[in-house]
Amino acid sequence: MMNCRRATRLMSESKERPLSATERMALRVHTMMCSACRRFDGQLDFLSQAAQRYKSKPNPDDEPKA
Amino acid sequence: MDLSTEPKSLLLDKDYLNDLRRQMFRFALLQISDTAAAEDAVQEALAGALKNAESFTASAAFKTWVFAILKHKITDHFRRQKHLTSEAVDIDTPSDLDDPFKAIGLWSAGKRPGVWPNPDQALEDKHFWRVFDSCLEHLPGQQARVFMMREFIGLSADEICESLSLSVSNLHVLLHRARLRLRGCLEEHWFKVNRP
Repeated sequence: MMNCRRATRLMSESKERPLSATERMALRVHTMMCSACRRFDGQLDFLSQAAQRYKSKPNPDDEPKA
Repeated sequence: MDLSTEPKSLLLDKDYLNDLRRQMFRFALLQISDTAAAEDAVQEALAGALKNAESFTASAAFKTWVFAILKHKITDHFRRQKHLTSEAVDIDTPSDLDDPFKAIGLWSAGKRPGVWPNPDQALEDKHFWRVFDSCLEHLPGQQARVFMMREFIGLSADEICESLSLSVSNLHVLLHRARLRLRGCLEEHWFKVNRP
């Protein structure tokens, strides 16, 4: 049964494996009706983006070497 | 870019390594009263972290990574001892205590994702990165570890499963929880607080 917990689980899983046609359809129907899960989708992408950038961020508390 | 802060070169710096090791040992000792076992956990964590040091160009992320591995080693220790789970250690319970959903699977009122205005701007703000760092540190050990292996180092699901002896479904659950928790933490401590 498609609820928000399941929807977010599918959105998360889609980053590791392709979703089946049935899953994609069910997810699409849910996100059409649920604005919170729509937002979650975009924010999930932001997490990946931030993680990529984080790798090259220096420690904010580092003093520059003399 | 200041190459002297890259983990790869930092780990060649004896002072840095000793300092890190000391911090890790202090952390491990808080939870494992057995000094020999604490030392083993630190040693294994460092060895495991060194294998992936090349993926990190910043010491902050690397340190979070090392401590995530250390927490996992500490968990292993307790499992081997067949102790009941120590309260001091973050253990991933089957039902995550921070579940943002109600019993019927809908978002809880206070946990519904809100609008994030101009998230790209956040990536340019050093205060945001402090919050991000903190949110990452608050992830339970196993969640932190798989999230970083997947999103930082870019290992595939299969590679992570093999490396940590996890089932695929286990991994999916962990990543789901990690992402829910991290997203929630960022919304709570950054995006809600910094409305334009």
